[in-house]
Amino acid sequence: MIKLSGIEKIYDTPSGKIHALKGIDLRIEKGEIYGIIGLSGAGKSTLVRCINMLERPTKGEVIVDNLDMMKLSESELRDARKNIGMIFQHFNLLSSATVYDNIAFPLTLSGVSSGEIEKKVTPLLELVGLADKAKQYPAQLSGGQKQRVGIARALASDPKILLCDEATSALDPQTTKSILALIKDINKKFKLTVVVITHEMQVIKEICDKVAVISDGVIAERGDVLDVFTNPQHAITKEFISVLLSNELPAAFRGNEISETKTPGSLLLLRLIFLGESADDPVLAEMIRACDGLECTMLFGNLDEIHGVPFGRMIVGLSGKESAVQNALDFLGGKDVRVEVIGYVRRNFSGGEQNVVG
Amino acid sequence: MLSAEIIPLLTKALGETIYMVAVSMFIASLIGIPLGVLLHTTDKGQILENFPLNQTIGSAVNAIRSIPFIILMFAIIPLTRLLVGSAIGTTAAIVPLVLASIPFIGRQVETSLKEVPAGLVEAALSMGATPGQIISKVLLPEAMPGIVSQLTTVIIALVGESAMAGAIGGGGLGDLAIRYGYQRFRPEVMLATVIILIVLVQLVQFAGNTLAKKLNKR
Repeated sequence: MIKLSGIEKIYDTPSGKIHALKGIDLRIEKGEIYGIIGLSGAGKSTLVRCINMLERPTKGEVIVDNLDMMKLSESELRDARKNIGMIFQHFNLLSSATVYDNIAFPLTLSGVSSGEIEKKVTPLLELVGLADKAKQYPAQLSGGQKQRVGIARALASDPKILLCDEATSALDPQTTKSILALIKDINKKFKLTVVVITHEMQVIKEICDKVAVISDGVIAERGDVLDVFTNPQHAITKEFISVLLSNELPAAFRGNEISETKTPGSLLLLRLIFLGESADDPVLAEMIRACDGLECTMLFGNLDEIHGVPFGRMIVGLSGKESAVQNALDFLGGKDVRVEVIGYVRRNFSGGEQNVVG
Repeated sequence: MLSAEIIPLLTKALGETIYMVAVSMFIASLIGIPLGVLLHTTDKGQILENFPLNQTIGSAVNAIRSIPFIILMFAIIPLTRLLVGSAIGTTAAIVPLVLASIPFIGRQVETSLKEVPAGLVEAALSMGATPGQIISKVLLPEAMPGIVSQLTTVIIALVGESAMAGAIGGGGLGDLAIRYGYQRFRPEVMLATVIILIVLVQLVQFAGNTLAKKLNKR
């Protein structure tokens, strides 16, 4: 549906050239919700604007719905843009027009008759849950309601693609959830291809099928959201994920020296990641039964869900006979669990309670 | 206090002032508002970006605005004669008033248009709007409360400038105040014209504020 190849964007500024995008290749399939995440200044907003030519790439090829966007004339480009809806962080609604007229705006631009406009706008008002606000002005609405108007407006011209530029970044967490649910809903209902630009991993986790992590004008990492979440490769990706999934050690161990070899009184800490059905398996109980003389302490655990796939993360501390600990590592190696050995760490005497599994 | 012969003079002068201001304002707006749109839209980063054109009209606007009205009035007498057939009289005064107001309105409209958030223009572009549609359906409606306030200021400035029109036989309240109130030592006439001007300006400002407030949905 969208194919970007070798996209580069260079800005000439008084203080020199700024290389905002340094060769980006991206393919977005029909009906996908594709997330692009990056810190501010990473180039993600420029990238999304290259899709509808609000920013013209300095180099590269942009194919949208089989149209070579770089080669279109002004008027062909205007027609092509009607196929690509866009919503914005600051909503960008006309303050002088009512909710109804804002949603009708793209149709007014195309010269659609007022009868046709009404047939189109009324169901859209229903869809976004603002039927009772049709005659109000944007200033009378909350942020979430304004974004709903933005979404309805973007859908008015029956686009095949929806671009969301930080669409929830100005909203509180509750409202963000409801707006994301609405986007997901219309993605399914209209088989809409959605491109989501954000700096929040939560947004990616909530609705995206695929994600590209953009950093300093290049794509650092990309793939299925589940893969990227459970097995991030790039440092920047790990950082984004750590906002949602803390990578810190439990308080009782935090700050203590991590050693590769056993020290007196220390536990061998392991980070275990269970994915899919393995999250349901009694792996730990089996391990304890299988390894005689093993002590296993569960220090941290959490079970999440990404696209309906259970995703568990756990930190356990092993101690006991050295051979038993080695057996345990071998045992886990043969299971459908990802094991990351943190190292031997001593427990602070002053804090933390512990749960012994077994 | 005011003798009976003064009353008709005052009403006539008030009529002339209103005539000069209204006609000048109307004609100047017809040219000045598009000029303001052009000044804004040809500026850097705007929808019709054109640096040479922007600089040219910007310089012309600045040039006219730097000429004091009383000098402009005499300087363009040949043009006035060409346009209205005479260089003196109330109608003749309208020509310099219009000429002085066009760049003033242009700059005021430009200022109002600059306050329209760039995101709105971007949103309209993303929907496939033409530059004409962006001007007529986004920029002007969104800037309208500001434009109304700014035009109110222009009308008040016109009331002041029209007082100088007496110098070319234009009549009006200012002319009456100078000829009767000053040159014929009739302070009561001076006072009456001043009071009428104050009331006139108050009314214009009040009407402008009310309309701007009504238009503002922000």
